[in-house]
Amino acid sequence: MSALLTADWFMLDSYYRKIDLYNMSWTMDEDLGNMVVSGAPYGGPIAMVRDRKQMVRVMGVAKPVITIFNGVGSVIAKILWNSGVLVHMGWSDGEQLLCIQESGDVLIYDMFGAYQRTFNMGQEVRDTKVCKAQLFPNPRGVGLAVITSSNRMYLLSNVSEPKVRSVPDLPRPNEPISCWCAISSGFLVCRDKEIYKCQLGESRAVLMRFDIQNTYTQILSIVASQNGKHVAFFTDSGILWIGSADFETKHSEIDTGYIKQPKELMWCGTEAVVAHWDDTMWIYGTKGNKQDFPYDGPFHLIQEMDCVRVVSESTHELIQKVPQVVEKIFRINSTAAGSYLLEASRQFQNHSHKADEYIRLVKPDLFTAVQNCIEAAAFEFQPDVQKMLIRAAQFGKCFIMDPELTNFYVKNCRWLRVLNAVRDPKVAIPLTSVQMGNLGERVLLDRLIWRRLHCLAEHIASYLQLKDGRTRVLSHWACYKVTQPHLDNESAAREIGEKLRNVPGISYTTIAMKAAEKGRKALAIKILEYETHSKLQVPLLLSLGEGSIALLKATASGDTDLVYIVLLHLKEKMGKRDFELTIRSYPLAHALYIKYCANNNREALRQVYVQEDEFHGQATTHIKDAIDQTNPGSIEASLISARECYKKGKNDLGVTVCEDARKLCKQQSSLQETYGSSFVGLSLHDTVRKLLEQGEVKLADKLRSEYKMPDRRYWWLRILTLAEKDDWAELDKFSKSKKSPVGYEPFVDACLKYCKHDEALKYLPRCNDDIKVKYYVKAGFYEEAAEVAFEQKDESALLFVQNKCPHNEYSKHAKISSLLERLATKK
Amino acid sequence: MREAKMSTHLSGGRLNVALVQETMRTELLNLLQLYKGPKITIWDEWLAGPVGLVAQYSLLKDHGVTEMFPLKPGCLPTITVKHIVFISRPKLALMDLVADYILSLRTKQSTPVEFHLFFVPRKSELCKIHLTNRGVLANLTIQEFKCDIFPFESDVMSLELQNDFRENYLEGDPTCVYNAAQALRTIQQLYGIIPRVFGKGAAAKQVWDLLCRLNKEEHGQGPKGAATSCIDQLLLLDRAVDFTSVMATQLTYEGLIDEIYGIKNSTATFPGHKFVSPDDASPEVTARERKRIILNSSEELFAEIRDSSFTSVGAALSKKARVIKTQLDERHTDKTVQGMKQFVSRLPQLMANKQSLTTHTSIAEYIKETTDTFEFHDMVQCEEDFLNCIDNEKVCTYIEDLIAQKEPLTKVLRLICLQCVTGSGLKPKLLEYYKRELVQVYGLNTWLTLCNLEKCGLLRPQTGTRQYAVLRKTLHLTMDEAEMDGKEKSYLCNKYTPLTVRLSEHIAKNKGWTGIQDVLGLLPGQTVDELQTLQPRMARRNSISSENSSSMENPRVILVFFIGGCTYQEISALRTISQQEDSNVEFVVLTTKLINGNTFIESLMETD
Repeated sequence: MSALLTADWFMLDSYYRKIDLYNMSWTMDEDLGNMVVSGAPYGGPIAMVRDRKQMVRVMGVAKPVITIFNGVGSVIAKILWNSGVLVHMGWSDGEQLLCIQESGDVLIYDMFGAYQRTFNMGQEVRDTKVCKAQLFPNPRGVGLAVITSSNRMYLLSNVSEPKVRSVPDLPRPNEPISCWCAISSGFLVCRDKEIYKCQLGESRAVLMRFDIQNTYTQILSIVASQNGKHVAFFTDSGILWIGSADFETKHSEIDTGYIKQPKELMWCGTEAVVAHWDDTMWIYGTKGNKQDFPYDGPFHLIQEMDCVRVVSESTHELIQKVPQVVEKIFRINSTAAGSYLLEASRQFQNHSHKADEYIRLVKPDLFTAVQNCIEAAAFEFQPDVQKMLIRAAQFGKCFIMDPELTNFYVKNCRWLRVLNAVRDPKVAIPLTSVQMGNLGERVLLDRLIWRRLHCLAEHIASYLQLKDGRTRVLSHWACYKVTQPHLDNESAAREIGEKLRNVPGISYTTIAMKAAEKGRKALAIKILEYETHSKLQVPLLLSLGEGSIALLKATASGDTDLVYIVLLHLKEKMGKRDFELTIRSYPLAHALYIKYCANNNREALRQVYVQEDEFHGQATTHIKDAIDQTNPGSIEASLISARECYKKGKNDLGVTVCEDARKLCKQQSSLQETYGSSFVGLSLHDTVRKLLEQGEVKLADKLRSEYKMPDRRYWWLRILTLAEKDDWAELDKFSKSKKSPVGYEPFVDACLKYCKHDEALKYLPRCNDDIKVKYYVKAGFYEEAAEVAFEQKDESALLFVQNKCPHNEYSKHAKISSLLERLATKK
Repeated sequence: MREAKMSTHLSGGRLNVALVQETMRTELLNLLQLYKGPKITIWDEWLAGPVGLVAQYSLLKDHGVTEMFPLKPGCLPTITVKHIVFISRPKLALMDLVADYILSLRTKQSTPVEFHLFFVPRKSELCKIHLTNRGVLANLTIQEFKCDIFPFESDVMSLELQNDFRENYLEGDPTCVYNAAQALRTIQQLYGIIPRVFGKGAAAKQVWDLLCRLNKEEHGQGPKGAATSCIDQLLLLDRAVDFTSVMATQLTYEGLIDEIYGIKNSTATFPGHKFVSPDDASPEVTARERKRIILNSSEELFAEIRDSSFTSVGAALSKKARVIKTQLDERHTDKTVQGMKQFVSRLPQLMANKQSLTTHTSIAEYIKETTDTFEFHDMVQCEEDFLNCIDNEKVCTYIEDLIAQKEPLTKVLRLICLQCVTGSGLKPKLLEYYKRELVQVYGLNTWLTLCNLEKCGLLRPQTGTRQYAVLRKTLHLTMDEAEMDGKEKSYLCNKYTPLTVRLSEHIAKNKGWTGIQDVLGLLPGQTVDELQTLQPRMARRNSISSENSSSMENPRVILVFFIGGCTYQEISALRTISQQEDSNVEFVVLTTKLINGNTFIESLMETD
């Protein structure tokens, strides 16, 4: 069996192998040989267009058609090329087809031929016309390098954010360039015998010096390896020079036997170069070993990072260096541990005792052996071989317990399963495990999503237990779903809702947005129903013109900011009448609108209240007007309006308050004229007080009776103003005018306020008995207080006096104590 | 380094509140670090204080903040630094100020400046639209400083929302409910899901419903938060359930400081003259300047006396004075070198204690000046009568006299509101009488204020049942002199226990509403009683089976969330309950704002 496994191997400097991937089932109208072919790396789609440099009989439409095929040659899409002259086409790392036109415009299509966008290489390029272009991988993405017809060179490092920069010109720029290639930060350009390196950020082109034995007159092709470390070029004398990228080291010079330019020349990994002449493919090792493969018909090479794929009319093959572990296990007469383990496992399955012998043989290196078998399985394309190796690993694993190894085993088996799934002809992504590692699981999912293989992607995401992988796949699925015109809104929304239920982190807004983009407003609204994030949901509803749903959702969210947004939006978009009608049914929105108006526009606020027959609110706005104004006439007018509102609202007190205020205002304005000092705006109390201060007792009396000011308060006012005026005689007179309705304590308080203790003494005896002691104390007459308390036979009052009497008043304390004793004995 | 920055007054409790501080601080510093080089910050004045609790100026200075300015109308000096950072709440009026600054700076500034705006705690699209209309959004980079909770104490956190009660109850703007729900999300992210949720009141229900909604919105997304639950129960209390406790004057030490001098962000300002010490270099200056004092539990003495009734503060202070004196006298008795060494090592602590004793003695003297007055005494007496349902049905002459003397309106309104809530309304005649009196004395503006109070339910005509009278009895809100036993005395200053505290106590003791369903029916708004499912991976700190046994060792942590604000006295009362010997709970208070009767009434007044 080993012999069979190595049948597709061949020897260059080390072993290489050519693996059959698929049998092609091209559905092409034309001969492969007449086509310009561009295959996307990482097993991506293949784009073809008829080579306009070859003279053929035009069949079908005259305009060129770009056809996109998958890995087994089925048509994915066709693009009818309507634009200018197509110079070059290639693929971005997002698997989008870039078509570079002579004018420097780059048209971008997705793999289904749908136009995405365009960018441009700049005016200078447009003027001089692109004559050659190349897409090249570099650390920042896929770059684009162009040479114009005036031999000027431009470059951008990443097509997804095109920023065009120029590189220094060659000396004698007008002389023709024989060949060139792009390297990560510049160009390698050959003119006749010379090679120049033109790099970004340098001031001029650098002439490269290199060692070549054979004579030649011109370099026909030059190509850099994928990692940028090596270069190979082909001269018109048929020599293939292979060396380091700085041209300082020469690996070899090989006489190919051809003198015409190879149709394709590219690196296969870093240790071999593949060339294509007519129907023959040659592969050269860097040390000069070579191997040829004749083909029956035309074929094309597709560059991969670690290998080269070959598509011919009937086959799709892959050429790669045999990975070291694989070589160790399968090489004939190998003595590697893995090889023995494989043999042991095989014998074991044959129920042969030799299994034991082999396992003993590898025992010391069993760990490595198992590991190698697992690794090797990952490199294999044939499930049978994979199984064989995995079985061997499993067998070996039985003899050692190592969790790390188990993990490695499980992880690799998982990946292998995924690899096989995507390599399946139905999917046709022939990824090597190195490529897969380089892409990462996230990008792999993306690539499946781009191919609309949502089901497979979801299975893989769940199988690999990718964090949020399922969410992403399903979101994309839903986004795709809404773009399909044949589904009716109802069932599409339902299907999406069912499938996405309980999937965390789905943004329904994004899906709805997609639906809205496609003009499916009704569907978008239906999908938005599922959105739980009001912050995202509401703005989209607004942009879809669903004002009242948006308002409903916003009010339900409790987020007032959101409600305001909707309100402002609706206010702008709707008629005033409609707007007010709409918000009426949403209490929260209504309240917020009222608040907004109250802060910004009282008139609008009044309008709302009028609209609502909210009389109290209306009255309030009028009263506020009255307070803000200074002109008595307008104040009165506002108060009348307020009064009327209260009348309508059946608020009697409100009516009285407004009417009183209006009358007062009128009186105040006439008082103002009489006395020249300002009265308007004062309260009734303050007006009366001001009159009293000015000695206008009669007038004050009049106001007091007119507004039914209670006696008590009027007395207070009299007392306070008299005290304030320092008119103690008048106060005394007033106290005797009739029996005080407030008692005589306020008189005491008034005296004390101005520290007139002697005056206070006049009123103290007249104070109410139950608080007389307290007031004596308040006035600081402790002895007298004590006596009163004694007379009242109130012990607790006496104690209170004792407590309040300052400690340094010894004589008073003595007196109080004696009174206390007497009271005690009296009892 | 980190340890040193941790504030000791936050990390003392069962719940490590310093975690909030650290989270918010890191957030702010990360935001500031986005802009390299020196920068100035311009603060929404409301935020400057609370954010100071999270990150002090010195810390901001270390992170390149060279100067700070308040965000208010006016001009800035020419700026020499490259970055100008506005830190503001998302309010339109503030956005106007931001726009004004940017426009004026743009015209006069010669060196290029970059403007940044940090929204606290959330971005607002409305504000962004406003800034766009003002033509400045393009010049601004917008960031979100998600700081919605400010740490005050090891058991107190506040959202510090301005006017939240007014917005919700008067203007029908439930922004504070949204903020409260978001803050609870933050809490649960930091401290884990709270398994048991109780609540009372309309706002409590709103917050709970919104929290559920937000949790659903974020289903499976966003930060997952802590793996274990550090909080056992959540009690949501709507301020509207209990106005009584706000209206009554606070009589604890801290409460009185707040009532008389006002505590803002744990800081109070006093006149200077009592702080003059004999060895002061310039006594006049000290006396003239107002003294700012930080009041938090990092000061041992304050932590001891803050919650006690002011009547017992004097005794506590003199006891402390004796202790310190004894300790200081030890140096005379102990003459050994070892003893001296020990003494010296204790000296800084002793001196700090002495300093703090001096400070609090001065503060207590200030307060005593007020509490000794007859006015104060009369007011407390009047309140006490109302609380005991004495004379709260008729015109109160004391209130009449206050009106006649045109005493501060807030004081009068507080008493009227207290009469109203304790009487479960005022007789229509009485209400009308008060209203007319107030309008006649204080002017037409007062009419609007009265309308506001009515709309919020603080003033209302009497109807049917006397809920307060029933609650007073069943929940034991007041007690006679005789009933006051020693252990409760310390917080029952006016023999009244806040209703909110009684509810919390009930939840703590009975692990639910069981037993007081009837009582709850008397209170406005819905009752919340829910289980929050723990996510499978979340282990409860005490597994359910061992709850009974372990609960003996591990006190349960109950988060009491006051929606609409809470007073210092309520916090003190809750603290006292958890300090009782037989108690096995620890209360942590979260509030939308720290309030007292005056600030509460002021927020509802019509000002313009």
